[in-house]
Amino acid sequence: MEIIDFIKVIEDEFEDLTPGTLSPYSVFRDMDGWSSMHALIFVALIDTTYDVLLTGEELKSCITIKDLFDITVLKINGGGINA
Amino acid sequence: MGASIKYISYFLPPLAIDNVALAKGYPDKTPQDLFDISGVHKRHIASEGVLGSDLALNAVRSLVLENSDFSLNEIDFLIFSTLVLDYNSPTTASVLHRKLGLNLNCGALDLPQGCTGFLYSLSLASAMISAGNAKNVLILLGEIPTKAIHHDDIALGSIFGDAGAALVVSENQTSKIGKFVFGTFGEGFDFLKVEVGGGRNPINSEWIKKYDDQELNLPYGRIEMNGFEVLRFALKEIPGLLDRTLLMNNISISEIDFFVFHQASAMILKSLQRKCDIPQGKFISYFEESGNTVSCSIPIALKKGADDNRFKKGDKIALIAFGIGFSCIGTVIEW
Repeated sequence: MEIIDFIKVIEDEFEDLTPGTLSPYSVFRDMDGWSSMHALIFVALIDTTYDVLLTGEELKSCITIKDLFDITVLKINGGGINA
Repeated sequence: MGASIKYISYFLPPLAIDNVALAKGYPDKTPQDLFDISGVHKRHIASEGVLGSDLALNAVRSLVLENSDFSLNEIDFLIFSTLVLDYNSPTTASVLHRKLGLNLNCGALDLPQGCTGFLYSLSLASAMISAGNAKNVLILLGEIPTKAIHHDDIALGSIFGDAGAALVVSENQTSKIGKFVFGTFGEGFDFLKVEVGGGRNPINSEWIKKYDDQELNLPYGRIEMNGFEVLRFALKEIPGLLDRTLLMNNISISEIDFFVFHQASAMILKSLQRKCDIPQGKFISYFEESGNTVSCSIPIALKKGADDNRFKKGDKIALIAFGIGFSCIGTVIEW
């Protein structure tokens, strides 16, 4: 799993997001129009795509797209805050 | 002896609030914002003083009008599911029994089960008929969630709508209602609740003062929801519940013609459809038209699906509900 694919999955989900806008170091809470609803969309997207269900604590600990990617990979491999 | 759903009707209060009208109460939101939040075009709102039992009665009237061969005299058991009962006692089912003029040898039971109320009622009706204890069970559902939503809770206010529904489950030579699978996750109680208004925390003067700015001071309590945890519950437990339901009914997912899930929210429906790998054409959703109507949502989706000629005789339909408790339940019916 590569971070470029992870970013593409996110960009495909958010229709308003221009492809190429996000980088691994983008702060996802700085996205235009960010709200708590977007947090739910991220959690649902990661779960339905990678079968990884983030906890609230794990989501709070993430700042950048790379943080989200890293915790997703960690949980795929059996890790995570509440593993 | 088996059981089948013989008739379905529903009732939506005449007052429908679309996103343009709703946005007038939220100056910082556009109608599109409200649709983006909720995935709902309009939700129906019961008038002041109307309770779930009133909406259920209207659904019975529709059922009688739509089915000339149906007679209330045939009913020998009544189940009523709602989150707001008429009285602490007697049961609202007893009140409805009197209003409908049902037979004196008819049982009547309340089932305050929330979003899983319809399928819990269906499981009881099916079991009673299979056991030979009833022949025609009337399931009534009536919900007024909009009366327990604080104006500031825009996510709830944009998603929920009021409704009533009525179904008759009757004896049938072959059972068309499958086996049920249940789940209860009591640790989720705190994430979706109406904590005040019951015996432990009755409405008091402090509450009335606190919500003086709300319609009727939120007389039925206030729905509180942790949307994040509700979503996690659905994603974590419902795909497994569907698998267990199919296994229990000895049927594969490819043999299911349609899937009707509790119409909880647009995001939950979309996520579950995706996670359970259900093709779009098999996934029944009328969420945009009336939102989350608690226990009424699956009957409304079934009736609308039938009215749209989506189902044909013999179709296998998986029904899955989940909600407050947390509770969940699944079954498979044959249309």
